Amino acid sequence: MKQIRNFSIVAHIDHGKSTLADRFIQRAGLIEQREFRDQMLDNLDIERERGITIKSNTVTMQYTAKDGVDYELNLIDTPGHVDFTYEVSRALAACEGVVLLVDAGQGVEAQTLAHLYAALEHDLAIVPVINKIDLPGMDLDRIREQIDSELGLDSDDVVLCSGKTGQGVDELLEAIVTRIPGPTGAEDEPLSCLVFDAHYDPFRGTVVAFRVKNGRLKPGDVIRFMANKSTYKVEEVGRFKIRRVPCKELVAGEVGYLIAGIKTVSDVAIGDTVTLEARPCAALLPGFKEVKPVVFSSVYPISSDDYPGLVDALAKYKLNDASLIYQKDSSVALGQGFRCGFLGLLHLEIVQERLEREFDQSIIMTMPSVQYRYTLQDGKQVVVDNPAYYPDPGLIEKSEEPYIRTSIMIPERYMGAVMTLCLERRGENSTFTYPAPGRIEIKFDMPLAEVIFDFYDRLKSVTQGYGSFDYELIGYRESSLCKVDILVNGEPVDALSCMVHRDRSRQRALQICERLEEEIPRQQFKIAIQGAIGGQIIARTTVSAFRKDVTAKCYGGDITRKRKLLEKQKKGKARMKMVGQVEIPQSAFVAVLKTDGD
Amino acid sequence: MLRPGLYVHVPFCRTKCPYCDFYSECAPERIPAYLGAIEREAHLRREAHPAYDTLYLGGGTPSSLSPDELATLVMGLRSALTLEPGAEITLEANPADLGQPLLDALAALGVNRISVGVQSFDERELRFLRRRHSVSQARAALRRVRHQGFASLGVDLIHGLPLQDWEPWRQNLEAALDFEPEHISCYGLTLDEHTPLGQAAKAGEFELPSEAVQAELYLRTSELLTRRGYEHYEVSNFALGPAHRSRHNQKYWHGEPYLGLGPAAHSFEGHSRSWNHRTLDAYLAALDAGRLPMQGFETLDAGQLRLEELALGLRTVEGVSLQVAAQNPGAPALLTRLEAEGRVQLLPDRVLPTPRGFLVADAIARMLA
Repeated sequence: MKQIRNFSIVAHIDHGKSTLADRFIQRAGLIEQREFRDQMLDNLDIERERGITIKSNTVTMQYTAKDGVDYELNLIDTPGHVDFTYEVSRALAACEGVVLLVDAGQGVEAQTLAHLYAALEHDLAIVPVINKIDLPGMDLDRIREQIDSELGLDSDDVVLCSGKTGQGVDELLEAIVTRIPGPTGAEDEPLSCLVFDAHYDPFRGTVVAFRVKNGRLKPGDVIRFMANKSTYKVEEVGRFKIRRVPCKELVAGEVGYLIAGIKTVSDVAIGDTVTLEARPCAALLPGFKEVKPVVFSSVYPISSDDYPGLVDALAKYKLNDASLIYQKDSSVALGQGFRCGFLGLLHLEIVQERLEREFDQSIIMTMPSVQYRYTLQDGKQVVVDNPAYYPDPGLIEKSEEPYIRTSIMIPERYMGAVMTLCLERRGENSTFTYPAPGRIEIKFDMPLAEVIFDFYDRLKSVTQGYGSFDYELIGYRESSLCKVDILVNGEPVDALSCMVHRDRSRQRALQICERLEEEIPRQQFKIAIQGAIGGQIIARTTVSAFRKDVTAKCYGGDITRKRKLLEKQKKGKARMKMVGQVEIPQSAFVAVLKTDGD
Repeated sequence: MLRPGLYVHVPFCRTKCPYCDFYSECAPERIPAYLGAIEREAHLRREAHPAYDTLYLGGGTPSSLSPDELATLVMGLRSALTLEPGAEITLEANPADLGQPLLDALAALGVNRISVGVQSFDERELRFLRRRHSVSQARAALRRVRHQGFASLGVDLIHGLPLQDWEPWRQNLEAALDFEPEHISCYGLTLDEHTPLGQAAKAGEFELPSEAVQAELYLRTSELLTRRGYEHYEVSNFALGPAHRSRHNQKYWHGEPYLGLGPAAHSFEGHSRSWNHRTLDAYLAALDAGRLPMQGFETLDAGQLRLEELALGLRTVEGVSLQVAAQNPGAPALLTRLEAEGRVQLLPDRVLPTPRGFLVADAIARMLA
């Protein structure tokens, strides 16, 4: 049997994961130097810019070890954010080991720990690595000490390397083949493949990335997705070598792709099991979960003329992102649009940015919401994620909202700040454990709604980046909810309405009013901004009228300059929405999504 | 039929004013070359229009030219271009330059309108604006201009200086009114960030009065001058009756054609606009090579023409036609509201801004655009 090693590189953000992957790719001679660019595996502009990996990528490399044995190395890249925990878990389930990177300058950080735990959960071999050893003034002894005490790993096993200079990369490759076990699994067993990713190719349809656990798969096979209960005939199988390279078959232990005329990525579920229709395996591989959106928001074109463009863009976007769901929506203030469901707030931001950048859409997104559950007096239950469908409050018997169990891991010194933050966000039932000296894990039950705005950002800021955060949904709990409407000069702006807990309503309403006050440019009349529950005003701010808006001198014949200025301002105005007589800029709709950073 | 206007940019100043962003140089030695170039440009453009009914010598500081140089300039223009009989001929002047010899020369050249850059009748304010003239020089100059019998005297003033409120500004206005000028321009001090004064303000060296104070100064100026018989006919301009409005400047605001000569001058022909090289060097180089000193050119589409018509029309007491103003679906409601707020007066076919409307003319133009 061929020698294979399947592994992931995991690290706290900015610890050099993508750069190290680049070195591996160069070392394996997969591409010519002239084709090389940094962050080779991060295909999206937004990934390169933010330095994060959103979509995972896989690459297969050949490596001849010091003892002369040829290995096939499968590097399975993972996305790095809590919204994508499930995708990460599926990618890890396809590996036998991980390379755990620790930055030589920064040492062990929150996500280093979180990744370590995830790897241990999957029973993976761990190769600890201190990266960036080219950095001046780092303290290797301190980092080794952290690896011993905080990670509970043996610092004698640590490989030193620099993704930047390439130093230590050979030693690391050697460690990967000697310390990570080869895959187990039998080629003659019935086929079972773990799907860990899927992306869209405009010419070939969906390209499914998977790991063969047992059996063998070749073109012409009729396959069955066990969870989705769909069957396809395989057109092509192959390996990811930056480009797709077709092959005759893939066998137990290998990682690769299949193309089978699958129209959209939505037809493929991450974590699903692929087997043969003719000779199916006994059961789904463990760990499959249906991914359900938890955050909902509506997307509107800034100019209603752009609606057809948005329809088209969403359909195209959806081809490559199965986790986005959407359906038609409409608003008095914003016209025709779509209600979308997202995995989390980062996912929402990514969709927003990609729609704007890659599809050139100017869009407004409304306040994100979770799915609330209302029981009406007649016993009927309704699930509402859009404030537009908030039931008549007189008819509501019981309101419930989704709760999560959060797990927050932090150095002990941040405990006070994190407790305060969680209690502010209606956290309850806290428990503490000490996984390592100086480390604390705090668990809280919290309403999901309290987490979807900026909880992660706030956690990062109060823990100076050391807080890691994970959560699972634990079901609905009864709650006192109300709908807050926002009125601009007496006119309700439906797109700004939100459902919130009654105790938080005044604060939330005021926050929105203040944001709008900052963002709505002064106009030649006073603008009242009010937050209301039903007919009762609970918050109010005012945008004062401007008193003067005219150029004193406009002659000498240079009218062009004047007009260009007006044209520029007018262009800005095209990004405004008229509500009654008031122009509300797109930035106002965006700003209300952000809560205070202090 | 209305004749086009002729503008000549005289890009020379004895000293640079720290708030001004018009092009000028302190290089009197280059005046002769400039005068030759203007004459050449006038000849190159002699086919542009058959005749002109206004000539505006602006700058810069046209009065910084000597009587002989001004004579050379005007004669050079007249050798190539035709000024109609009765044409309005305006010269912008610094009070310090308006000695008797210059005034005699101007009268002889047919200049009939002198626009005097007094800016303030307060010594401290003049120092803040770093003007090179004194209050007494200004008064003497205005007396001389009056005495010379020019058809029209214009006084330029600047309001909205740091710490200025109504009373000191009112005294400025009264001081100007003593000379019974036919025309008064009152400009709110505007700080362009490219100017030294703009930089100083940015660095926090001083602050302009609040918008509320600026608006108050503006509206009370309008009231006072209207009471004294002046017509507030443009955002910053007042005339003692329609006959004394600046015929030339109105061409800019009404979208009428004009030809601009000299560095940085702009020309307009109804649908297209062109502009000359901004610097004296580039301007002279082009003419030395026998080329038109034109640096840029644009043709306006219907949308641009309408935008300019709105932006400029709303600066004037004539306003804009309702047809131009009310093209967007939201416009009628907006106009009704603006009328209720006292910003405009609505006639069956026109929208006329009030002084309160002038104060936000750019905003109204943007809203209607």
